[in-house]
Amino acid sequence: MKIKHSLLAVLFCGMAFLTTGLLADGHADLAMAPAKAALDAGNGNAADYLALLEAQGEDAYAFDFFTTSMLWTVIAAALVFIMHLGFATLEAGLTQSKNTVNILFKNCFIIAIGIVSYAVIGFNTHYPGDFNGWISFGSMIGDLNADGGNTFGYGGVGLAMTGYGDFIFQAMFAATAATIVSGAVAERVKLSSFMIFATLLVAIAYPVVGSWHWGGGWLGGLNGGAGFKDFAGSAVVHAFGGFAALACVMILGPRAGKYTENGIKPILGHSMPLAAIGVFLLFLGWFGFNGGSVLSADPSGIGLVFTTTALAACAGALGSMAISWIFLKKPDLSMALNGFLAGLVGITANADIVSVMGSLIIGAIAGVIVVFSIIFFDKVKIDDPVGAISVHGVCGVWGILACALFDVTDSGYTIGGQLIGVAAVAAAAFLFSLIVFGILKVTVGVRVSAEEEAEGLDISEHGQEAYPDFASSAR
Amino acid sequence: MKLIKSIIKPFKLEEVKEALAEVGIEGMTVTEVKGFGRQKGHTEIYRGSEYTVDFLPKVMVEVVVDDDLAEKTTAAIVEAAKTGKIGDGKVFVIPVESAVRIRTDESGAEAL
Repeated sequence: MKIKHSLLAVLFCGMAFLTTGLLADGHADLAMAPAKAALDAGNGNAADYLALLEAQGEDAYAFDFFTTSMLWTVIAAALVFIMHLGFATLEAGLTQSKNTVNILFKNCFIIAIGIVSYAVIGFNTHYPGDFNGWISFGSMIGDLNADGGNTFGYGGVGLAMTGYGDFIFQAMFAATAATIVSGAVAERVKLSSFMIFATLLVAIAYPVVGSWHWGGGWLGGLNGGAGFKDFAGSAVVHAFGGFAALACVMILGPRAGKYTENGIKPILGHSMPLAAIGVFLLFLGWFGFNGGSVLSADPSGIGLVFTTTALAACAGALGSMAISWIFLKKPDLSMALNGFLAGLVGITANADIVSVMGSLIIGAIAGVIVVFSIIFFDKVKIDDPVGAISVHGVCGVWGILACALFDVTDSGYTIGGQLIGVAAVAAAAFLFSLIVFGILKVTVGVRVSAEEEAEGLDISEHGQEAYPDFASSAR
Repeated sequence: MKLIKSIIKPFKLEEVKEALAEVGIEGMTVTEVKGFGRQKGHTEIYRGSEYTVDFLPKVMVEVVVDDDLAEKTTAAIVEAAKTGKIGDGKVFVIPVESAVRIRTDESGAEAL
């Protein structure tokens, strides 16, 4: 009897194995069949299309979904790219006109070095494959279409894109961290030192810390094995950038004349329209940042993420409008703009696991947090012209904790686990920046002279002006 | 000849210009200026911090007229620029020694 049972089991397993194999083949044939029929009927285009399908090999059955997903991924990458214009105009708008060329130059450099360094070292450090969970430096990317990198088999439903799609989407993210720092140190940082720092941050620190989470590193062991939850990067992009910025500002010191014996003397941004354009571009780009992080064109995922992202951003703006009007007695535009961004940073970690109500609450709380955080940092004389530390650092931490509080998928994320993850990322960014920027300070210096700061970095660093027609009235 | 130099609220410029045209003034020079008088400045708020704006934006209108028109011109400016609230500005009347129209070399009242 026992032998009979075992035999039966073996037979059954064998049949199951065969059936699955047949089914898979069947899928591929099913996808090819209409094209083959068209070819037989003498349709010349059918041959080209069949070649596309056949390049997918046994993954041809998913060609439609794969193509749609890949297309969405590169559109999302382009949306994330436009966020860099948003950062550039926001930072330019919230600072003085005499430093505009300098701000824009830094933003040009960051996107350029960010994408190049991501190809040279970043991508394969960020996604090292099997590694010790902490650090593994990768080499330059090769032909990512090779070895099935251009098929559905590259990442399946969970990463429905080609190797190149994966690279370019992630490359757009990489430069974000350094851009966050750029705003916080604006109007007094020495350009050459900033460029050295930004290069090291984006080429080494960002991908190493990112590999702890997205590269399959040690953060995957958090939350009792459920893994650290950080959907699109509240921690590994935003808190990372925010805490790097905090370290740099602490070393750099405030802008001259900001904190006087008679209290805080605000240094006004020179263009609220530029700042508003920047925030709306960032909002637009965030649909790619979060929406693209679904990593496929999964309809239910994309719809949810777009909705929670937009709701949190708007709730963040409403929260900051209300709190600044009540608490500061005036409806402050720059706070409303920061409120949008606070909501966006807050929802970035959890956009795919929260309810509609959850996203509204997360956004609104982020909008309140950001106003008090900006006031707090001003009180302790951490001079951050654009509020980057509050928006990205503080609200990034909030977004990570919100994963545990508002998860409707019962995935087992805990406050403790989330806290360990974000604390590790923030501490790494902070310490790396403290050391690297500190070394730069004692060697080549990180700050322009008092005269150069007064004259403006456009003239002293670049010998150019952003608004030459208004030269005499601008100073 | 008299130089009539008035410092007025910027939004009153259009009305002052029209009043001057009615008096028969054919030209004027307008400058954007900043300053304060007894009104002092006011406070504004930026990102949670209040600050005082000492120098408020004003517009300075300068016209040069014949002596017999000076009083009428001054009265027209005062009437047009008045809101009755603090910060309306001031009018100064200053004697002018000579004037030359550059294109034609005309001088004195002819040049106005």
